[in-house]
Amino acid sequence: MAEIKTSRSKRLFTTGGIAFLILGIALYFLKAPMGLNRKIYDLPVFLIIIGICFALKGFMAKDKTEEEASLAGKTFTEFLTNNAILLAMLVLVIVICILQPRFMQIRVALDILTQSSTKLIMALGICFTLLIAGTDLSAGRMVGLAAVISASMMQTATYANRFFPDLPQVAVWMPIIIAILACMVFGALNGFLVAKYDMHPFIATLAVQVIIYGACSLYFDMPPNNSQPIGGIRPDFAQLGQMRLLSGIYQGFPGISILIPIAVVICVIIWFILNKTVFGKNVYAIGGNREAAVVAGINVFKNIMGIFILASCLYGIAGVLEAARTAGATNNYGNGYELDAIAACVVGGVSLNGGIGKVGGIIMGVLIFTIIQYGLQFINVSPMWQQVIKGVIIAVAVAIDLTKYRRK
Amino acid sequence: MSDYLLEMKNITKTFPGVKALDNVNLNVRKGTVHALMGENGAGKSTLMKCLFGIYEPDGGEIFLEGKKAEIHSARQAMDKGIAMVHQELHPIRFRSVMENVYLGRFPGHMGVVDHKAMYEKTKALFDDLELDVDPLALAGEQSAAILQMMEIARAVDMKAKIIILDEPTSSLSDREVDHLFKIINRLRAQGVAFVYISHKMKEILEISDEITVMRDGTYVGTWPVTDEKGEKLTIDFIIKQMVGREMTNQFPPREGKPSDEIVLKVENVCSPLRKSFQNVSFELHRQEILGIGGLVGAQRTEFVEALFGLRGIASGEILLNGANYAAKSPGFAKSRGLALLTEERRATGIFGILPILENTVIANQKNYAHLGILNDRKRAVDADAECKKLNVKTPSLNTLIQNLSGGNQQKVLIARWLLTNSDILILDEPTRGIDVGAKYEIYNIMLEQIAQGKSIIMISSEMPELMGMSDRIMVMCEGRVTGFLNKGEYSQEKIMALATQFAGRKDNTAA
Repeated sequence: MAEIKTSRSKRLFTTGGIAFLILGIALYFLKAPMGLNRKIYDLPVFLIIIGICFALKGFMAKDKTEEEASLAGKTFTEFLTNNAILLAMLVLVIVICILQPRFMQIRVALDILTQSSTKLIMALGICFTLLIAGTDLSAGRMVGLAAVISASMMQTATYANRFFPDLPQVAVWMPIIIAILACMVFGALNGFLVAKYDMHPFIATLAVQVIIYGACSLYFDMPPNNSQPIGGIRPDFAQLGQMRLLSGIYQGFPGISILIPIAVVICVIIWFILNKTVFGKNVYAIGGNREAAVVAGINVFKNIMGIFILASCLYGIAGVLEAARTAGATNNYGNGYELDAIAACVVGGVSLNGGIGKVGGIIMGVLIFTIIQYGLQFINVSPMWQQVIKGVIIAVAVAIDLTKYRRK
Repeated sequence: MSDYLLEMKNITKTFPGVKALDNVNLNVRKGTVHALMGENGAGKSTLMKCLFGIYEPDGGEIFLEGKKAEIHSARQAMDKGIAMVHQELHPIRFRSVMENVYLGRFPGHMGVVDHKAMYEKTKALFDDLELDVDPLALAGEQSAAILQMMEIARAVDMKAKIIILDEPTSSLSDREVDHLFKIINRLRAQGVAFVYISHKMKEILEISDEITVMRDGTYVGTWPVTDEKGEKLTIDFIIKQMVGREMTNQFPPREGKPSDEIVLKVENVCSPLRKSFQNVSFELHRQEILGIGGLVGAQRTEFVEALFGLRGIASGEILLNGANYAAKSPGFAKSRGLALLTEERRATGIFGILPILENTVIANQKNYAHLGILNDRKRAVDADAECKKLNVKTPSLNTLIQNLSGGNQQKVLIARWLLTNSDILILDEPTRGIDVGAKYEIYNIMLEQIAQGKSIIMISSEMPELMGMSDRIMVMCEGRVTGFLNKGEYSQEKIMALATQFAGRKDNTAA
């Protein structure tokens, strides 16, 4: 039908990327002689990375037929609404950089990524429940449960206030598996209530959330611990959240937190599940039209169970990592995390009506939240104003995003 | 200056991927029924949605009683005296019938709803329309036919000047159609104009004064049904305008005969619900098309849904290829080689927000998966082949299915079930709301499947289709099988007689 030709966006990305790359390299070598070291910090490195990403995107982009290309966002306003969230983040970052050039450091970027990691793992779990037009209010408490269980079995033998005074030195993986399994049991309970009794996930997970908190507090209150914060964490466990890779490969490089590669691996796995497996397609189908999914012979009960169990597994992982990162745990860990995760998903384009959502968007959503928080702290905005700004950004981002789907 | 109540001039509307309307005109006179005809995807519904303010046209003008009208919302349209009865009904299921009738304009003072007045007004309205429904009954419990009448009642009550009826009779029985026409005639005499969208030629020629034909989003022409010499338009002429070619046969020729082999034997199957199907027994032969006829409310849909595992069965025996078959779930039914094309396309068929590709392969994912991981290439190849075979009109497989016309959506759904390579296809109103051309294509697909050794159970409320396609017709009434008719002894009268064998009640006329 239509003749295949290189689309304009592809050329734009390729040339733009190369321009960024050249600018970055030039600045990299010129910044010391020009005395810009204290003015632009690591900006050249960022420019190089952005340049490479753009150029790659340009090269990898599929050649679209002319027809498709003409249909895909042809006007400038369409481009703006389609990428509103990305652009909002960009504007925010530029404003912060101008106000406080020290923001342009690799150390800062790595910090933001590290802080995003556990949030991202949670958001990826919660997105499954959002994709079927549900929700999961028990996510935060599951994080707390996993943190308490794993930490309670991972104390050093010499620590005075041990949770299990007579526990021998167990292998690191054992408490982790137990903690995650405990979460999955409650996840299965969530799924059972929703799938079997057709309960709305809001109320089912609210009930389970209360149960988990109670159970976790009971566990936490067992003698001899009696509700004292769990400390004295074994260093080999703490390493799971605190280890830094490649630190010191050049002077001043802080190292990459192990949490970042863990989050990346989980992102890839979840992307694969959502896009390449029968289960993933069923999730979108159930969210898109549950009745039609039933008629198409999809076992809705099994799939909903699977969704909640998989989600709780991810919360469990997040909880274990949180305990390792902070080298401690209390029964209040994770309180309210689910709302942040839901907000991040929604800002990232996941529809609360179900059926719409992508891993890329969720990563974006989580990053935006961390950047807002980190950046606003960086330029000394009061914590109260931070809350206000955060709320406004949720409302505006979602409002703009939704205009995409409105057909008039 | 003009004697037209409504003029739509050069209306143009583009959707992502589809040019839905291209300079379309529609002129409707006061006190007439104006039929709007065209194949599925011709743009009839889109044009009406532009008139009703649901879509904003990209170009063109609308005049009401000679004055230019700006319509940006359904509310504005209603204020200007335009009412629309949609093809697919979405009542508020958990509210009463009367609340649905008065939705958005509840009677009352200062925001306090007067329920008594609402009840009485609804009752009076229903009495006037000879509709026997309790205004307090839940809308979700009413049949499609009653919901349709409810919508018409709503339009009547709003004293609309123009009433748009989009496929009003697609779920009505003949008796109810007569009822509807009586009301249309009465309102027409009062000066109300109707825009009447339908595929049913006889109906159109019976009720309408003028006909406008559209094809592929363009305007073809407007003709009076009876010209100055008193000659009526012919069905052939209209079909020719609609499809742009001559159509002589409504049904493709059937070759071969059903074999003697029995694939499905149903004996005394009863629903757990007393008012639903009871004691249903029949045999389905290989390569047979068994038609199920009956009025709306005959429990035909409920029966096939039970066969497919969507509803419970209290007693009775089903043998599938000689072996006991108890449908536990649709997944189980699917694994035993059954397929069900449901009646309600939008509610239980399509995944509107997913692309055509996903919609096509959804029931067949297991065949593309190895250890749960999908083979994307194989999915795309199969979906592409099947959609091409069924002649689905779309710019690409990545187009969202909600952007397609009803007929093309239906073809995608048929493609979905053909991909599962099922032995027994259960088709519930397979051509409901579909144009002549697409209908013929679907009939061809059915015969092709039969030739490949498959069997078909087809529910249809359209008599010609039932008689034209079935090898045998089973007629149901109020959940009971009232008789079988063999090929050669079909007639509308015989089917109607069986379909109206109400038990122990002679006075009841409603289905």
